[in-house]
Amino acid sequence: MHSFLYRANALLTFAITILGVVCAIASFTDNFNNPTPHAQVKVLNINWFQKQPNGNDEVSLTLNISADLQSLFTWNTKQVFVFLAAEYETPKNAVNQISLWDGIIPSKEHAKFWTHTSNKYRFIDQGSNLRGKEFNMTMHWHIMPKTGKMIADKIVIPGYKLPAEYR
Amino acid sequence: MGWIGESVESIRSIQIRQLITQAVTFGLIVTSALIIWKGLMCITGSESPVVVVLSGSMEPGFKRGDILFLHMSKDPIRSGEIVVFNVDGREIPIVHRVIKVHEREDTGEVDVLTKGDNNYGDDRLLYADGQLWLHRHHIMGRAVGFLPYVGWVTIIMTENPIFKYILIGALGLLVITSKD
Repeated sequence: MHSFLYRANALLTFAITILGVVCAIASFTDNFNNPTPHAQVKVLNINWFQKQPNGNDEVSLTLNISADLQSLFTWNTKQVFVFLAAEYETPKNAVNQISLWDGIIPSKEHAKFWTHTSNKYRFIDQGSNLRGKEFNMTMHWHIMPKTGKMIADKIVIPGYKLPAEYR
Repeated sequence: MGWIGESVESIRSIQIRQLITQAVTFGLIVTSALIIWKGLMCITGSESPVVVVLSGSMEPGFKRGDILFLHMSKDPIRSGEIVVFNVDGREIPIVHRVIKVHEREDTGEVDVLTKGDNNYGDDRLLYADGQLWLHRHHIMGRAVGFLPYVGWVTIIMTENPIFKYILIGALGLLVITSKD
């Protein structure tokens, strides 16, 4: 009844249970954080805008992205993954989300940033609907915890428009 | 003589009773493990509610040996979500992030493109030959929770089966030797 193995098992089970409870509590404390992030995106230039031979529109943009995401960080935050997506509707597709830029923020010190970049992933439509298209820029973030629940949220910035002609 | 016979009989009956108790205990352990796993399947709606990260393609977010809890709801798939998907012709599911989504107006079908945070390019090279997009049926679930390091147990056990036998042997011994 009180063999070595029996005691080792009881100890291990207890230790793991406590560890699990502590992890759950750490994840739960994230709920008390009310973040107030902000983000700003400017389209500085349309580098080129054309129709591919297969009929899909493609556009290349130069962007200026600035954001302050410091309030997202808590003691249970390992990193924040942030990305900027262009979102628009077309007659064929109700939802189009195209990631243009992303980045990993490893700590609170790096969470206030600005960057000047052309789109990292290709902005290609399914079809030829981009001329004169109005779209939203959405700044998404994905908080990856040290342990527990992952949290995602976004800021939608409306009011962008692509030129009416290819260039 | 009768007295000796009675004693032998009582000892024998104790052993049988003990044997049955042990068998029942063992059965309880196995069935409760099964119930927990199947219960998780019901709650999460995913056929594998927990996956172990096997590659470093999502570092530094997820490292090899971390475990992810999956959830599969009817909610539409949106960019930024971390999904677990199967590719035709590959046995091992992949955990990567959705970077592009096109959802049809009429049918609600989705075209999804994924990429590992730590990879340079997108996942078209990992997909089957000529496949450009993932569809709903490729996706097994989306990651909702995270626990570090725990998956090392299964990685070690699958790569060195000897540890598995040692562990099973130790647990079996424990079940047999415990008397209450």
